[in-house]
Amino acid sequence: MVAQFGYGVLVISLATALFAVGAAVYGYFKPSQRWVESSRYAMLLSFPLISLSALTLIYLIVNNHFELDFVYSVTSRSMPTYLKVTALWGGQAGSLLFWSWLMSAFASAVMLRKWDRDREFLPWVIVVASVTLAFFIGLVVLYENPFARYWQTFDGNVITAMFQPVGAVPFTPADGRGLNPLLRHPGMIIHPPMLYLGFVSFVIPFAFAIAALVTGRTDDRWIRITRRWTLVAWMFLSLGLVLGGRWAYDVLGWGGYWGWDPVEIAAFMPWLTGTAFVHSVMIQEKRGMFKHWNTLLIILTYSLVIFGTFLTRSGVLSSVHAFAQSAIGPAFFIFIGVTFIASAGLLIYRWNDLKSESELKSVLSREAFFLLNNLFFMSILVVCFWGVIFPLISELFTGQKVTVGPPFYDRATAPLFAGLIFLMGIAPLSAWGHSTWKTLGRALWKPAIAAVVAEVIVIALGLRNPIALTGFFLIFLTLFITLYEFWRAIRARGKATGENIFLSTWRLVGRNRRRYGGYIIHISMVMMAIGILGLELFQTETQGTIAQGESLKLDGYTITYKDLAIFDTPDARNVARAVVEVSKDGKVLTELYPRRDFFYESQQPMTIPGVRSTIEDDLYIILIDWQPILATGATFKVYHNPLVNWLWAGSLLFIFGALVAVWPDKDPEYESARERSRAARQSTAAD
Amino acid sequence: MKKLIWFTPIMLVFAALWVGTAFAQDPTPSDDDVNRIAKQLFCPVCENTPLDVCPTQACAQWRALIREKLAAGWTEEQIKQYFVDQYGARVLSEPPRTGLNWLVYLVPPVLFVVGVIILVRTFRSPKESKGGDGTDSISTPTDGTPVQPAAGSDDYVARLEEELKKRN
Repeated sequence: MVAQFGYGVLVISLATALFAVGAAVYGYFKPSQRWVESSRYAMLLSFPLISLSALTLIYLIVNNHFELDFVYSVTSRSMPTYLKVTALWGGQAGSLLFWSWLMSAFASAVMLRKWDRDREFLPWVIVVASVTLAFFIGLVVLYENPFARYWQTFDGNVITAMFQPVGAVPFTPADGRGLNPLLRHPGMIIHPPMLYLGFVSFVIPFAFAIAALVTGRTDDRWIRITRRWTLVAWMFLSLGLVLGGRWAYDVLGWGGYWGWDPVEIAAFMPWLTGTAFVHSVMIQEKRGMFKHWNTLLIILTYSLVIFGTFLTRSGVLSSVHAFAQSAIGPAFFIFIGVTFIASAGLLIYRWNDLKSESELKSVLSREAFFLLNNLFFMSILVVCFWGVIFPLISELFTGQKVTVGPPFYDRATAPLFAGLIFLMGIAPLSAWGHSTWKTLGRALWKPAIAAVVAEVIVIALGLRNPIALTGFFLIFLTLFITLYEFWRAIRARGKATGENIFLSTWRLVGRNRRRYGGYIIHISMVMMAIGILGLELFQTETQGTIAQGESLKLDGYTITYKDLAIFDTPDARNVARAVVEVSKDGKVLTELYPRRDFFYESQQPMTIPGVRSTIEDDLYIILIDWQPILATGATFKVYHNPLVNWLWAGSLLFIFGALVAVWPDKDPEYESARERSRAARQSTAAD
Repeated sequence: MKKLIWFTPIMLVFAALWVGTAFAQDPTPSDDDVNRIAKQLFCPVCENTPLDVCPTQACAQWRALIREKLAAGWTEEQIKQYFVDQYGARVLSEPPRTGLNWLVYLVPPVLFVVGVIILVRTFRSPKESKGGDGTDSISTPTDGTPVQPAAGSDDYVARLEEELKKRN
């Protein structure tokens, strides 16, 4: 009964979303504000409706309604309540509903903004948001219904259906299968919501871009309205990616955070175009240039958001045949195709209205550097896109399955990332419109000398790897330039105002939040690059089977096997937990407890490494295998991951920088009203 | 499914061999020797998992197979080739450089060069792309008139837009 209610509400919300599309289009062409207003209310209504449906599902999960196929597959009696709630996004059907829920939240929030100045955009923002929403709700209602339940037919088969088939009786399993143990990790609990928030919030700038194209109001107004949305979207997407990396590092047990897996790349691709967009829109704001390009970037980002969900949800990655059998695969494929062609068509239709207002004057100008930045981001996108779809092409045309793995991506993207780090350093030094070597050099020479000194120190410490030396030089250069930029501005402000250094830092950042938030993000990226470089180039590993009291050695560390215990836990796990002692130069540093949990319900093992983290490195120990008799031995795999914690520390700084950049200003409408009245006063004064 | 049934007896043999070798002393190849090769191979049954870190039983047996081959004096190349012959090119971490597979290596650099050409053209004199030939997706510089939005229309609106721009 409760399940039918949840499903019914969802069907109503689908009807509401479809009505919103129809009413908005009708209201625009008639034209009738009443119809547009009606569609706006429909859009606003979608959030409470989908919330009701999602909460119903959560209620069913928490209360062990295993008669539902979805509840059965993601939860079990032994799971704690907080994990049950997060099981909402632990399976296909639930995560699509969750996607729709977040989408409706963002769409409703946009509906609540003040539309006075941008009335003409409203219907088309509603159309885009509602079409996207209707598509996802449609998938849930028609193909991936989390409310479908089990029925037993007269011949004993158990089938899944929403409504009672003829001759079937309800069937309820005693317990569920439980959530995949790999997903029972804080990183995995927050990672999907962050990623989805990033995904759905990129729909908003896209909706405004389409609205601008349809209505022909092709100035930079849509960019100004959505600037903060875009930054928020970008922040969530970045956080989602980082959390996913942390999750992989903690639970997948291969000593790394990123494996160039197609699922990872699926989430990375919209980030690439999104990051290019975040930079590139500034050119349009400041110089009125590259309007075609920015529109194309946001269209691509939207398509890649849907494509990313498609890749991970349609089964196309495992095989083109799995895709053909999957119900939602073809639906996604058609939706992506139709929305992309329609958007691109609109862009071409408005091509002549999107002419640049100024031209590129100098190769050293800020806009020129941004273009180069875009070239690098797009090139990384091409590598990723091609690497992900090539196995499908190969399977389709030759029947041969191939793997495009890390060596391909590492080789192809490393120089592009290096180029991006270099640009991150020098681009902020250049001016809009025009820069000269002289002005650049003046800002550059001191940090460059510092970077050379740092490089010499690193060489003196014994680093000889040419790739690492190149990487570290770029990192030093960018880091010092950015810090020096900060310092120059703070000092200048301090001198001008007489404020002390802390106050002038606070006010400086407060007055130019986007700029200095951006700089903080740049510094965080450089820190992450240090961690990535350390792990990629200097990770070492060893594996060995040792008896109790014996040791393994790696990079100066001695790992001694002390003890092992095997026991069952109340939440239906069998745990094998080893005790190992870590020492260096004869000094005991710590004890670590690598373990392997076996989950009875899902019959799946999970490897939890023992990790010793310092600013210098991680010692990461995995228990691979063991004999019941300790003297016979246990097998350990040990990774030494130099500098990897810079990656995580950089992520924390990133969050801070992103918050600085997106922190809300005073009410923009109020501010602009003030500006308007001030401008009007000035204009009357001038007359 | 058929394939898996076929595997079972082989796996049992490997498992027996593995128990026999893993805990024995020299001269069997070390775990590190095995992982060095397993790292370069992908699990033939799981999606996108390198063989050295794949936790499944099947992969443990494949690693045991590598150990066997090493002990028998096979070279790294021979072992990799053996896996390709048995399970197809998908066990390699990159497509072999043959036939259609060349596309995977050629398309990204070619598109990069196209991007560079577009960029260089954008940087060049605006006269070249003045007509807006449609291929230049990055920019279409126009006749170079200075930025004066809505200059001819309402003076107040123009000034307002300028003000708003300056605020940023």
